Amino acid sequence: MSAPAPAAGTASLDVERIRRDFPILAREVHGRRLVYLDSAASSQKPLPVIEAMERCHREYYANVHRGVYTIAEESTAAFEAARLTVARFVGSADAREIVCVRNATEAINLVAYSWARANLGPGDAVVVSEMEHHANVVPWQMLAEERGVELRWLPVTDDHRLDTAGLEHALDGARLLAVTAMSNVLGTINEIRPLADAAHAAGALILVDACQSAPHVPTDVTAWDADFVAFSAHKMLGPTGIGALWARAELLEAMPPFMGGGEMIRDVRLDGFTPNEVPWKFEAGTPAFVEAIGWAEAVRYLDTLGLTAVRAHEKALTAYTLEALEARFGTKLTVYGPRDVEARGSAISFLFEDIHAHDISQVLDQGAVCVRAGHHCAKPLMRRLGVPATSRASFYLYNDEADADALVDALAEAERFFAL
Amino acid sequence: MPDLEDLYREIILDHYRAPRNRGELPVPPAHRVEGFNPLCGDEVVLYLDIDDGTVRDVRIGGQGCSISQASTSMMSAAIKGRTVEEARKLVRAFDALMSIHESHLDGADGADGADGTDAPGAGSEPDALTDTRLGDLMALRGVVKFPVRIKCATLSWHTLRQGLDEAAAG
Repeated sequence: MSAPAPAAGTASLDVERIRRDFPILAREVHGRRLVYLDSAASSQKPLPVIEAMERCHREYYANVHRGVYTIAEESTAAFEAARLTVARFVGSADAREIVCVRNATEAINLVAYSWARANLGPGDAVVVSEMEHHANVVPWQMLAEERGVELRWLPVTDDHRLDTAGLEHALDGARLLAVTAMSNVLGTINEIRPLADAAHAAGALILVDACQSAPHVPTDVTAWDADFVAFSAHKMLGPTGIGALWARAELLEAMPPFMGGGEMIRDVRLDGFTPNEVPWKFEAGTPAFVEAIGWAEAVRYLDTLGLTAVRAHEKALTAYTLEALEARFGTKLTVYGPRDVEARGSAISFLFEDIHAHDISQVLDQGAVCVRAGHHCAKPLMRRLGVPATSRASFYLYNDEADADALVDALAEAERFFAL
Repeated sequence: MPDLEDLYREIILDHYRAPRNRGELPVPPAHRVEGFNPLCGDEVVLYLDIDDGTVRDVRIGGQGCSISQASTSMMSAAIKGRTVEEARKLVRAFDALMSIHESHLDGADGADGADGTDAPGAGSEPDALTDTRLGDLMALRGVVKFPVRIKCATLSWHTLRQGLDEAAAG
Protein backbone atom coordinates (compact mmCIF):
# COMPACT_ATOMS: atom_id res chain seq x y z
CA MET A 1 0.00 0.00 0.00
CA SER A 2 1.37 3.37 -0.93
CA ALA A 3 1.31 6.15 1.60
CA PRO A 4 0.28 9.57 0.39
CA ALA A 5 3.00 12.09 -0.17
CA PRO A 6 3.50 13.88 3.15
CA ALA A 7 3.09 17.61 3.36
CA ALA A 8 6.63 17.74 4.81
CA GLY A 9 6.13 21.11 6.40
CA THR A 10 5.46 22.84 3.09
CA ALA A 11 2.22 24.28 1.84
CA SER A 12 2.50 22.48 -1.47
CA LEU A 13 1.42 19.01 -2.48
CA ASP A 14 3.43 16.55 -4.53
CA VAL A 15 0.60 16.20 -7.01
CA GLU A 16 2.56 13.99 -9.37
CA ARG A 17 3.02 11.47 -6.58
CA ILE A 18 -0.56 11.84 -5.37
CA ARG A 19 -1.87 11.12 -8.88
CA ARG A 20 -0.14 7.74 -8.83
CA ASP A 21 -2.34 6.78 -5.86
CA PHE A 22 -5.48 7.19 -8.00
CA PRO A 23 -5.62 4.33 -10.53
CA ILE A 24 -8.42 5.94 -12.57
CA LEU A 25 -6.24 8.93 -13.38
CA ALA A 26 -4.04 6.66 -15.50
CA ARG A 27 -7.03 5.98 -17.73
CA GLU A 28 -7.38 7.45 -21.19
CA VAL A 29 -10.69 8.56 -22.69
CA HIS A 30 -10.95 9.04 -26.47
CA GLY A 31 -7.19 8.44 -26.55
CA ARG A 32 -6.47 11.33 -24.22
CA ARG A 33 -5.35 11.72 -20.60
CA LEU A 34 -8.41 11.77 -18.36
CA VAL A 35 -8.98 15.27 -16.99
CA TYR A 36 -11.36 14.82 -14.09
CA LEU A 37 -12.87 18.16 -13.07
CA ASP A 38 -16.06 16.97 -11.38
CA SER A 39 -14.92 16.31 -7.82
CA ALA A 40 -17.65 18.56 -6.44
CA ALA A 41 -20.07 15.91 -7.68
CA SER A 42 -17.93 13.02 -6.43
CA SER A 43 -14.22 12.51 -5.89
CA GLN A 44 -12.00 9.73 -7.19
CA LYS A 45 -10.61 7.07 -4.82
CA PRO A 46 -6.98 6.46 -3.83
CA LEU A 47 -5.50 2.96 -3.55
CA PRO A 48 -5.45 2.90 0.29
CA VAL A 49 -9.26 3.34 0.31
CA ILE A 50 -9.83 0.74 -2.39
CA GLU A 51 -7.46 -1.69 -0.65
CA ALA A 52 -8.89 -1.18 2.85
CA MET A 53 -12.36 -2.11 1.61
CA GLU A 54 -11.02 -5.06 -0.33
CA ARG A 55 -9.10 -6.23 2.75
CA CYS A 56 -12.28 -6.22 4.82
CA HIS A 57 -14.15 -8.17 2.16
CA ARG A 58 -11.30 -10.67 1.82
CA GLU A 59 -10.16 -11.09 5.41
CA TYR A 60 -12.66 -10.12 8.10
CA TYR A 61 -16.07 -9.54 6.59
CA ALA A 62 -18.92 -10.30 9.01
CA ASN A 63 -21.95 -8.34 10.14
CA VAL A 64 -21.23 -5.85 12.91
CA HIS A 65 -22.69 -5.83 16.43
CA ARG A 66 -24.12 -9.32 16.01
CA GLY A 67 -21.63 -12.17 16.11
CA VAL A 68 -19.35 -13.20 18.95
CA TYR A 69 -16.91 -14.94 16.66
CA THR A 70 -13.49 -13.55 15.83
CA ILE A 71 -14.09 -11.98 12.42
CA ALA A 72 -17.34 -10.38 13.64
CA GLU A 73 -15.42 -8.83 16.50
CA GLU A 74 -12.82 -7.60 14.03
CA SER A 75 -15.36 -6.02 11.69
CA THR A 76 -17.22 -4.42 14.61
CA ALA A 77 -13.99 -3.01 16.02
CA ALA A 78 -12.98 -1.66 12.61
CA PHE A 79 -16.41 -0.07 12.09
CA GLU A 80 -16.44 1.62 15.49
CA ALA A 81 -12.81 2.74 15.05
CA ALA A 82 -13.85 4.27 11.73
CA ARG A 83 -16.62 6.18 13.51
CA LEU A 84 -14.08 7.68 15.91
CA THR A 85 -11.73 8.55 13.02
CA VAL A 86 -14.55 10.43 11.29
CA ALA A 87 -15.53 12.16 14.54
CA ARG A 88 -11.96 13.41 15.04
CA PHE A 89 -11.85 14.58 11.41
CA VAL A 90 -14.60 17.12 12.19
CA GLY A 91 -13.14 18.09 15.54
CA SER A 92 -15.16 15.90 17.90
CA ALA A 93 -13.61 13.57 20.46
CA ASP A 94 -16.88 11.69 20.97
CA ALA A 95 -17.67 8.90 18.51
CA ARG A 96 -21.26 8.85 19.79
CA GLU A 97 -21.76 12.13 17.97
CA ILE A 98 -21.32 10.50 14.54
CA VAL A 99 -24.46 8.89 13.14
CA CYS A 100 -23.67 6.86 10.04
CA VAL A 101 -26.14 7.51 7.24
CA ARG A 102 -26.09 7.06 3.47
CA ASN A 103 -25.00 10.59 2.62
CA ALA A 104 -25.37 14.24 3.63
CA THR A 105 -28.87 14.28 2.14
CA GLU A 106 -29.98 11.55 4.52
CA ALA A 107 -28.26 13.33 7.42
CA ILE A 108 -30.33 16.46 6.78
CA ASN A 109 -33.49 14.42 6.37
CA LEU A 110 -32.74 12.70 9.68
CA VAL A 111 -32.73 16.09 11.41
CA ALA A 112 -35.89 17.14 9.57
CA TYR A 113 -37.76 13.94 10.46
CA SER A 114 -36.47 13.38 13.97
CA TRP A 115 -35.53 16.67 15.62
CA ALA A 116 -37.73 19.04 13.61
CA ARG A 117 -40.91 16.97 13.62
CA ALA A 118 -40.56 16.42 17.37
CA ASN A 119 -39.93 20.08 18.10
CA LEU A 120 -41.39 22.36 15.43
CA GLY A 121 -44.94 23.28 14.50
CA PRO A 122 -47.13 26.17 13.38
CA GLY A 123 -45.60 29.50 14.43
CA ASP A 124 -42.04 28.18 14.15
CA ALA A 125 -39.67 29.13 11.36
CA VAL A 126 -36.70 27.56 9.60
CA VAL A 127 -34.20 29.82 7.81
CA VAL A 128 -32.33 28.58 4.73
CA SER A 129 -30.18 30.39 2.19
CA GLU A 130 -30.82 30.84 -1.51
CA MET A 131 -27.53 29.13 -2.33
CA GLU A 132 -28.49 25.78 -0.78
CA HIS A 133 -28.39 22.46 -2.58
CA HIS A 134 -31.86 20.90 -2.95
CA ALA A 135 -30.83 18.53 -0.14
CA ASN A 136 -30.95 21.46 2.26
CA VAL A 137 -34.13 22.94 0.76
CA VAL A 138 -36.64 20.22 -0.01
CA PRO A 139 -36.61 18.49 3.44
CA TRP A 140 -37.54 21.88 4.96
CA GLN A 141 -40.19 22.52 2.31
CA MET A 142 -41.67 19.10 3.12
CA LEU A 143 -41.61 19.96 6.82
CA ALA A 144 -43.22 23.34 6.13
CA GLU A 145 -46.04 21.74 4.15
CA GLU A 146 -46.64 19.00 6.68
CA ARG A 147 -46.29 20.93 9.92
CA GLY A 148 -47.16 24.50 8.97
CA VAL A 149 -43.61 25.63 9.71
CA GLU A 150 -42.60 28.90 8.05
CA LEU A 151 -39.67 28.78 5.62
CA ARG A 152 -37.56 31.94 5.38
CA TRP A 153 -34.82 32.67 2.85
CA LEU A 154 -31.46 34.36 3.26
CA PRO A 155 -30.68 36.02 -0.09
CA VAL A 156 -27.49 35.97 -2.15
CA THR A 157 -25.71 39.27 -2.91
CA ASP A 158 -24.90 40.44 -6.43
CA ASP A 159 -21.29 39.36 -5.89
CA HIS A 160 -22.56 35.87 -5.05
CA ARG A 161 -22.05 35.83 -1.31
CA LEU A 162 -24.50 35.20 1.48
CA ASP A 163 -26.45 38.38 2.24
CA THR A 164 -26.45 38.55 6.03
CA ALA A 165 -27.87 42.09 6.22
CA GLY A 166 -31.29 40.75 7.20
CA LEU A 167 -29.98 37.83 9.24
CA GLU A 168 -31.14 39.05 12.63
CA HIS A 169 -34.61 39.82 11.29
CA ALA A 170 -34.85 36.43 9.56
CA LEU A 171 -33.80 34.62 12.73
CA ASP A 172 -36.35 36.43 14.90
CA GLY A 173 -38.60 33.64 16.17
CA ALA A 174 -36.77 31.02 14.09
CA ARG A 175 -35.86 27.60 15.50
CA LEU A 176 -33.25 26.53 12.96
CA LEU A 177 -30.77 28.07 10.54
CA ALA A 178 -29.82 25.56 7.82
CA VAL A 179 -26.91 26.75 5.70
CA THR A 180 -24.08 25.44 3.56
CA ALA A 181 -20.45 25.97 4.51
CA MET A 182 -19.52 26.07 0.81
CA SER A 183 -21.78 26.52 -2.19
CA ASN A 184 -21.63 23.64 -4.67
CA VAL A 185 -22.30 26.10 -7.51
CA LEU A 186 -20.56 29.34 -6.55
CA GLY A 187 -17.79 27.90 -4.42
CA THR A 188 -18.64 30.64 -1.94
CA ILE A 189 -17.40 29.89 1.58
CA ASN A 190 -19.76 30.94 4.35
CA GLU A 191 -18.19 31.84 7.70
CA ILE A 192 -20.08 29.54 10.02
CA ARG A 193 -19.16 30.87 13.46
CA PRO A 194 -20.88 34.29 13.09
CA LEU A 195 -23.94 32.54 11.68
CA ALA A 196 -23.98 30.10 14.61
CA ASP A 197 -23.61 32.97 17.08
CA ALA A 198 -26.50 34.83 15.47
CA ALA A 199 -28.68 31.71 15.45
CA HIS A 200 -27.94 30.91 19.08
CA ALA A 201 -28.55 34.52 20.12
CA ALA A 202 -32.01 34.18 18.56
CA GLY A 203 -32.63 30.89 20.36
CA ALA A 204 -32.26 28.84 17.17
CA LEU A 205 -30.01 25.90 16.34
CA ILE A 206 -27.74 25.77 13.31
CA LEU A 207 -27.42 22.94 10.80
CA VAL A 208 -24.38 23.11 8.53
CA ASP A 209 -24.28 21.37 5.17
CA ALA A 210 -20.55 20.60 5.08
CA CYS A 211 -20.75 18.29 2.08
CA GLN A 212 -18.70 20.61 -0.16
CA SER A 213 -16.41 22.08 2.49
CA ALA A 214 -15.35 18.96 4.42
CA PRO A 215 -13.18 17.57 1.57
CA HIS A 216 -11.34 20.86 1.07
CA VAL A 217 -11.05 22.90 4.27
CA PRO A 218 -10.55 21.80 7.87
CA THR A 219 -13.82 21.21 9.77
CA ASP A 220 -14.06 22.01 13.47
CA VAL A 221 -17.56 21.60 14.86
CA THR A 222 -16.43 23.09 18.19
CA ALA A 223 -14.92 26.22 16.62
CA TRP A 224 -18.07 26.53 14.53
CA ASP A 225 -20.24 26.03 17.64
CA ALA A 226 -22.51 24.02 15.36
CA ASP A 227 -25.46 21.88 16.41
CA PHE A 228 -25.86 19.63 13.35
CA VAL A 229 -23.32 19.01 10.57
CA ALA A 230 -24.01 16.88 7.50
CA PHE A 231 -21.33 15.47 5.18
CA SER A 232 -20.67 12.64 2.74
CA ALA A 233 -17.73 10.26 2.30
CA HIS A 234 -17.77 10.07 -1.48
CA LYS A 235 -16.80 13.70 -2.03
CA MET A 236 -13.73 13.32 0.23
CA LEU A 237 -11.99 10.30 -1.36
CA GLY A 238 -14.23 7.77 0.41
CA PRO A 239 -16.79 5.39 -1.07
CA THR A 240 -20.42 6.04 -1.96
CA GLY A 241 -23.23 4.92 0.31
CA ILE A 242 -21.96 6.42 3.53
CA GLY A 243 -22.04 9.83 5.14
CA ALA A 244 -22.58 11.19 8.59
CA LEU A 245 -24.66 13.42 10.73
CA TRP A 246 -22.55 14.96 13.44
CA ALA A 247 -24.68 16.40 16.25
CA ARG A 248 -24.06 17.38 19.85
CA ALA A 249 -24.56 14.29 21.98
CA GLU A 250 -27.27 15.84 24.15
CA LEU A 251 -29.29 16.75 21.06
CA LEU A 252 -29.06 13.18 19.78
CA GLU A 253 -30.02 11.83 23.22
CA ALA A 254 -33.23 13.87 23.19
CA MET A 255 -34.22 13.09 19.61
CA PRO A 256 -36.64 10.29 18.76
CA PRO A 257 -35.48 7.50 16.41
CA PHE A 258 -35.71 8.17 12.68
CA MET A 259 -36.17 4.71 11.15
CA GLY A 260 -37.17 1.57 12.97
CA GLY A 261 -35.58 -1.85 12.64
CA GLY A 262 -32.68 -3.94 13.84
CA GLU A 263 -29.65 -2.36 15.52
CA MET A 264 -31.60 0.73 16.65
CA ILE A 265 -33.37 -1.08 19.53
CA ARG A 266 -32.37 -2.15 23.02
CA ASP A 267 -35.49 -4.24 23.53
CA VAL A 268 -38.59 -5.16 21.57
CA ARG A 269 -41.68 -6.52 23.27
CA LEU A 270 -45.21 -7.23 22.10
CA ASP A 271 -46.29 -3.94 23.61
CA GLY A 272 -43.48 -1.77 22.28
CA PHE A 273 -39.74 -1.17 22.03
CA THR A 274 -36.91 0.60 23.82
CA PRO A 275 -34.48 2.42 21.55
CA ASN A 276 -30.77 1.71 21.59
CA GLU A 277 -28.21 4.23 22.81
CA VAL A 278 -26.82 7.04 20.69
CA PRO A 279 -25.68 6.81 17.91
CA TRP A 280 -27.03 3.31 17.13
CA LYS A 281 -30.54 4.56 17.94
CA PHE A 282 -30.44 6.18 14.49
CA GLU A 283 -28.83 3.32 12.60
CA ALA A 284 -31.61 0.87 11.77
CA GLY A 285 -30.50 -2.15 9.77
CA THR A 286 -27.05 -3.33 8.79
CA PRO A 287 -24.90 -0.23 8.32
CA ALA A 288 -22.51 0.36 5.42
CA PHE A 289 -19.60 -0.73 7.59
CA VAL A 290 -17.23 -1.74 4.79
CA GLU A 291 -17.76 1.73 3.37
CA ALA A 292 -17.17 3.25 6.82
CA ILE A 293 -13.85 1.41 6.97
CA GLY A 294 -12.96 2.80 3.53
CA TRP A 295 -14.03 6.26 4.67
CA ALA A 296 -11.71 6.14 7.68
CA GLU A 297 -8.85 5.28 5.31
CA ALA A 298 -9.79 8.34 3.22
CA VAL A 299 -9.64 10.48 6.37
CA ARG A 300 -6.17 9.10 7.14
CA TYR A 301 -5.09 9.88 3.58
CA LEU A 302 -6.30 13.49 3.93
CA ASP A 303 -4.79 13.81 7.40
CA THR A 304 -1.41 12.65 6.13
CA LEU A 305 -1.41 15.26 3.38
CA GLY A 306 -2.93 17.84 5.69
CA LEU A 307 -6.10 19.69 4.70
CA THR A 308 -4.25 22.98 5.13
CA ALA A 309 -1.86 21.93 2.35
CA VAL A 310 -4.79 20.67 0.27
CA ARG A 311 -6.53 24.01 0.67
CA ALA A 312 -3.37 25.94 -0.27
CA HIS A 313 -2.94 23.81 -3.39
CA GLU A 314 -6.56 24.32 -4.43
CA LYS A 315 -6.42 28.07 -3.84
CA ALA A 316 -3.35 28.35 -6.09
CA LEU A 317 -4.93 26.12 -8.76
CA THR A 318 -8.24 28.00 -8.62
CA ALA A 319 -6.45 31.34 -9.00
CA TYR A 320 -4.42 29.91 -11.90
CA THR A 321 -7.59 28.63 -13.62
CA LEU A 322 -9.57 31.84 -13.14
CA GLU A 323 -6.69 33.86 -14.58
CA ALA A 324 -6.20 31.46 -17.50
CA LEU A 325 -9.91 31.55 -18.36
CA GLU A 326 -10.02 35.32 -18.25
CA ALA A 327 -6.79 35.72 -20.23
CA ARG A 328 -7.98 33.36 -22.97
CA PHE A 329 -11.67 34.23 -23.24
CA GLY A 330 -12.13 37.64 -21.61
CA THR A 331 -15.76 38.70 -21.34
CA LYS A 332 -17.00 35.80 -23.46
CA LEU A 333 -16.84 33.67 -20.34
CA THR A 334 -18.80 34.56 -17.20
CA VAL A 335 -17.66 33.05 -13.93
CA TYR A 336 -20.13 32.83 -11.03
CA GLY A 337 -18.94 33.13 -7.46
CA PRO A 338 -16.31 35.27 -5.73
CA ARG A 339 -13.08 36.02 -7.63
CA ASP A 340 -11.12 36.16 -4.36
CA VAL A 341 -9.84 32.65 -3.75
CA GLU A 342 -9.82 33.27 0.01
CA ALA A 343 -13.61 33.48 -0.14
CA ARG A 344 -14.25 30.52 -2.40
CA GLY A 345 -13.55 26.87 -2.93
CA SER A 346 -12.38 25.21 -6.13
CA ALA A 347 -15.72 24.74 -7.90
CA ILE A 348 -15.85 27.15 -10.84
CA SER A 349 -19.25 27.60 -12.49
CA PHE A 350 -19.34 29.45 -15.76
CA LEU A 351 -21.29 30.38 -18.85
CA PHE A 352 -19.58 30.59 -22.22
CA GLU A 353 -21.31 33.15 -24.41
CA ASP A 354 -24.66 31.67 -25.46
CA ILE A 355 -23.41 28.12 -25.72
CA HIS A 356 -25.52 25.86 -23.57
CA ALA A 357 -23.76 24.06 -20.73
CA HIS A 358 -24.66 20.64 -22.15
CA ASP A 359 -23.10 21.49 -25.49
CA ILE A 360 -19.97 22.74 -23.72
CA SER A 361 -19.81 19.55 -21.70
CA GLN A 362 -20.24 17.42 -24.85
CA VAL A 363 -17.35 19.09 -26.66
CA LEU A 364 -15.18 18.99 -23.52
CA ASP A 365 -15.74 15.24 -23.30
CA GLN A 366 -14.03 14.85 -26.67
CA GLY A 367 -10.96 16.26 -24.96
CA ALA A 368 -11.49 13.80 -22.05
CA VAL A 369 -12.33 16.79 -19.86
CA CYS A 370 -15.09 15.88 -17.36
CA VAL A 371 -17.18 18.81 -16.11
CA ARG A 372 -20.68 18.99 -14.73
CA ALA A 373 -23.42 20.74 -16.69
CA GLY A 374 -26.88 21.66 -15.50
CA HIS A 375 -28.61 23.25 -12.52
CA HIS A 376 -26.41 21.44 -9.97
CA CYS A 377 -29.44 20.60 -7.78
CA ALA A 378 -29.65 24.26 -6.82
CA LYS A 379 -32.57 25.62 -8.84
CA PRO A 380 -33.47 28.46 -6.45
CA LEU A 381 -29.89 29.73 -6.86
CA MET A 382 -29.98 29.30 -10.65
CA ARG A 383 -33.16 31.40 -10.73
CA ARG A 384 -31.43 34.01 -8.59
CA LEU A 385 -28.51 34.04 -11.04
CA GLY A 386 -30.97 34.20 -13.95
CA VAL A 387 -29.49 31.23 -15.80
CA PRO A 388 -31.06 27.84 -16.54
CA ALA A 389 -27.78 25.94 -16.40
CA THR A 390 -24.04 26.44 -16.00
CA SER A 391 -20.95 24.38 -16.62
CA ARG A 392 -18.91 23.63 -13.52
CA ALA A 393 -15.27 22.61 -13.34
CA SER A 394 -14.23 21.55 -9.85
CA PHE A 395 -10.71 20.79 -8.71
CA TYR A 396 -9.28 18.59 -6.00
CA LEU A 397 -5.94 17.55 -4.60
CA TYR A 398 -5.10 15.35 -7.61
CA ASN A 399 -5.62 18.10 -10.20
CA ASP A 400 -2.79 20.19 -11.56
CA GLU A 401 -2.13 23.07 -13.92
CA ALA A 402 -2.08 20.65 -16.87
CA ASP A 403 -5.75 19.90 -16.06
CA ALA A 404 -6.55 23.61 -16.02
CA ASP A 405 -4.73 24.06 -19.35
CA ALA A 406 -6.69 21.14 -20.82
CA LEU A 407 -9.93 22.83 -19.73
CA VAL A 408 -8.93 26.07 -21.45
CA ASP A 409 -7.90 24.25 -24.64
CA ALA A 410 -11.12 22.23 -24.72
CA LEU A 411 -13.17 25.40 -24.25
CA ALA A 412 -11.30 26.97 -27.16
CA GLU A 413 -12.36 23.95 -29.21
CA ALA A 414 -15.97 24.47 -28.16
CA GLU A 415 -15.71 28.12 -29.13
CA ARG A 416 -14.42 27.16 -32.56
CA PHE A 417 -17.09 24.48 -32.98
CA PHE A 418 -20.07 26.59 -32.11
CA ALA A 419 -18.74 29.91 -33.49
CA LEU A 420 -22.00 31.76 -33.25
CA MET B 1 -15.47 7.03 -30.68
CA PRO B 2 -18.46 8.79 -32.22
CA ASP B 3 -17.47 11.97 -33.96
CA LEU B 4 -18.81 15.31 -32.76
CA GLU B 5 -19.73 16.06 -36.35
CA ASP B 6 -22.20 13.14 -36.19
CA LEU B 7 -24.02 14.98 -33.43
CA TYR B 8 -23.65 18.58 -34.47
CA ARG B 9 -24.46 18.39 -38.19
CA GLU B 10 -24.31 21.69 -40.01
CA ILE B 11 -28.08 21.82 -40.51
CA ILE B 12 -28.59 21.31 -36.76
CA LEU B 13 -26.25 24.15 -35.91
CA ASP B 14 -28.02 26.26 -38.52
CA HIS B 15 -31.41 25.68 -36.85
CA TYR B 16 -29.84 26.35 -33.45
CA ARG B 17 -28.33 29.66 -34.56
CA ALA B 18 -31.41 30.73 -36.51
CA PRO B 19 -34.46 28.92 -35.14
CA ARG B 20 -37.50 28.86 -37.42
CA ASN B 21 -40.99 29.84 -36.33
CA ARG B 22 -39.87 31.38 -33.07
CA GLY B 23 -42.59 33.37 -31.30
CA GLU B 24 -46.11 33.05 -29.97
CA LEU B 25 -49.67 32.71 -31.28
CA PRO B 26 -52.82 34.07 -29.63
CA VAL B 27 -54.42 31.50 -27.30
CA PRO B 28 -57.15 30.64 -28.20
CA PRO B 29 -57.60 29.84 -31.03
CA ALA B 30 -54.05 28.40 -30.82
CA HIS B 31 -53.23 25.69 -28.30
CA ARG B 32 -50.22 26.21 -26.00
CA VAL B 33 -48.24 23.29 -24.58
CA GLU B 34 -45.02 23.11 -22.56
CA GLY B 35 -42.46 20.36 -22.18
CA PHE B 36 -39.66 20.09 -19.63
CA ASN B 37 -36.66 17.92 -19.09
CA PRO B 38 -36.25 18.17 -15.31
CA LEU B 39 -32.78 16.62 -15.42
CA CYS B 40 -31.16 19.29 -17.52
CA GLY B 41 -33.69 22.12 -17.33
CA ASP B 42 -34.46 22.21 -21.05
CA GLU B 43 -37.88 23.61 -21.86
CA VAL B 44 -39.99 23.75 -24.99
CA VAL B 45 -43.10 25.83 -25.57
CA LEU B 46 -45.29 25.12 -28.60
CA TYR B 47 -48.19 27.13 -30.00
CA LEU B 48 -50.29 25.02 -32.35
CA ASP B 49 -52.95 26.54 -34.57
CA ILE B 50 -54.99 23.52 -35.60
CA ASP B 51 -57.97 23.96 -37.85
CA ASP B 52 -59.97 21.38 -39.75
CA GLY B 53 -57.48 18.61 -38.98
CA THR B 54 -54.50 20.61 -40.22
CA VAL B 55 -51.63 22.30 -38.38
CA ARG B 56 -52.16 25.73 -39.96
CA ASP B 57 -49.43 27.45 -37.99
CA VAL B 58 -46.88 26.74 -35.30
CA ARG B 59 -44.64 28.89 -33.11
CA ILE B 60 -41.93 27.75 -30.75
CA GLY B 61 -40.28 29.07 -27.60
CA GLY B 62 -38.25 27.86 -24.64
CA GLN B 63 -34.58 27.39 -24.00
CA GLY B 64 -32.05 24.63 -23.83
CA CYS B 65 -29.11 23.00 -25.55
CA SER B 66 -28.45 23.12 -29.28
CA ILE B 67 -29.92 19.67 -29.86
CA SER B 68 -33.22 20.38 -28.08
CA GLN B 69 -33.62 23.80 -29.68
CA ALA B 70 -32.61 22.67 -33.17
CA SER B 71 -34.91 19.66 -32.93
CA THR B 72 -37.78 21.96 -31.96
CA SER B 73 -37.05 24.31 -34.85
CA MET B 74 -36.76 21.47 -37.37
CA MET B 75 -39.96 19.94 -36.04
CA SER B 76 -41.86 23.20 -36.44
CA ALA B 77 -40.77 23.46 -40.07
CA ALA B 78 -41.69 19.83 -40.69
CA ILE B 79 -45.24 19.94 -39.32
CA LYS B 80 -46.37 23.35 -40.48
CA GLY B 81 -49.16 22.91 -43.02
CA ARG B 82 -49.38 19.16 -42.46
CA THR B 83 -52.50 17.34 -41.39
CA VAL B 84 -52.70 16.23 -37.77
CA GLU B 85 -52.44 12.61 -38.94
CA GLU B 86 -49.27 13.40 -40.90
CA ALA B 87 -47.83 15.18 -37.87
CA ARG B 88 -48.58 12.14 -35.69
CA LYS B 89 -46.87 9.89 -38.21
CA LEU B 90 -43.83 12.13 -38.08
CA VAL B 91 -43.77 11.87 -34.28
CA ARG B 92 -43.83 8.07 -34.57
CA ALA B 93 -41.18 8.05 -37.29
CA PHE B 94 -38.95 10.35 -35.24
CA ASP B 95 -39.39 8.17 -32.16
CA ALA B 96 -38.37 5.17 -34.23
CA LEU B 97 -35.34 7.04 -35.56
CA MET B 98 -34.27 7.80 -31.99
CA SER B 99 -34.58 4.16 -30.96
CA ILE B 100 -32.53 2.71 -33.80
CA HIS B 101 -29.65 0.80 -32.31
CA GLU B 102 -26.24 2.17 -33.08
CA SER B 103 -25.13 -1.05 -34.76
CA HIS B 104 -27.94 -0.65 -37.26
CA LEU B 105 -27.04 2.97 -37.77
CA ASP B 106 -23.50 2.04 -38.69
CA GLY B 107 -24.76 -0.41 -41.29
CA ALA B 108 -25.53 0.49 -44.88
CA ASP B 109 -29.28 0.46 -44.32
CA GLY B 110 -30.50 2.31 -41.29
CA ALA B 111 -34.03 2.61 -42.58
CA ASP B 112 -35.45 -0.69 -41.39
CA GLY B 113 -33.31 -0.95 -38.32
CA ALA B 114 -36.02 0.23 -35.96
CA ASP B 115 -36.40 -1.72 -32.76
CA GLY B 116 -37.87 -1.03 -29.40
CA THR B 117 -40.37 1.34 -30.95
CA ASP B 118 -44.06 1.36 -30.26
CA ALA B 119 -44.75 2.94 -33.60
CA PRO B 120 -47.57 0.91 -35.17
CA GLY B 121 -46.48 -0.60 -38.42
CA ALA B 122 -42.93 0.65 -38.14
CA GLY B 123 -41.61 -2.82 -38.88
CA SER B 124 -43.89 -3.50 -41.79
CA GLU B 125 -43.60 0.00 -43.19
CA PRO B 126 -39.89 0.72 -43.54
CA ASP B 127 -40.80 3.52 -45.92
CA ALA B 128 -42.09 5.43 -42.91
CA LEU B 129 -38.52 5.90 -41.78
CA THR B 130 -36.79 6.82 -45.02
CA ASP B 131 -35.05 10.07 -45.70
CA THR B 132 -37.90 11.09 -47.95
CA ARG B 133 -40.34 11.09 -45.07
CA LEU B 134 -38.18 12.73 -42.44
CA GLY B 135 -36.15 14.88 -44.79
CA ASP B 136 -33.88 17.28 -42.93
CA LEU B 137 -34.80 15.59 -39.67
CA MET B 138 -32.53 12.70 -40.63
CA ALA B 139 -29.67 15.02 -39.67
CA LEU B 140 -30.62 14.26 -36.07
CA ARG B 141 -30.00 10.52 -36.50
CA GLY B 142 -26.44 10.89 -35.19
CA VAL B 143 -27.88 11.78 -31.78
CA VAL B 144 -28.46 8.09 -31.02
CA LYS B 145 -24.70 7.62 -30.89
CA PHE B 146 -24.77 9.90 -27.83
CA PRO B 147 -27.41 8.17 -25.67
CA VAL B 148 -27.62 10.84 -22.98
CA ARG B 149 -28.59 13.39 -25.64
CA ILE B 150 -31.56 11.43 -27.08
CA LYS B 151 -33.91 13.04 -24.56
CA CYS B 152 -32.77 16.46 -25.81
CA ALA B 153 -33.86 15.58 -29.35
CA THR B 154 -37.18 13.93 -28.41
CA LEU B 155 -38.40 16.58 -25.95
CA SER B 156 -40.12 18.74 -28.57
CA TRP B 157 -41.69 15.73 -30.28
CA HIS B 158 -43.18 14.36 -27.10
CA THR B 159 -44.42 17.86 -26.32
CA LEU B 160 -46.00 17.98 -29.79
CA ARG B 161 -47.73 14.63 -29.21
CA GLN B 162 -49.10 15.95 -25.92
CA GLY B 163 -50.26 19.14 -27.66
CA LEU B 164 -52.01 17.23 -30.44
CA ASP B 165 -53.72 15.01 -27.87
CA GLU B 166 -54.87 17.98 -25.80
CA ALA B 167 -56.08 19.87 -28.88
CA ALA B 168 -58.04 16.81 -30.02
CA ALA B 169 -59.59 16.44 -26.57
CA GLY B 170 -60.84 19.98 -26.98
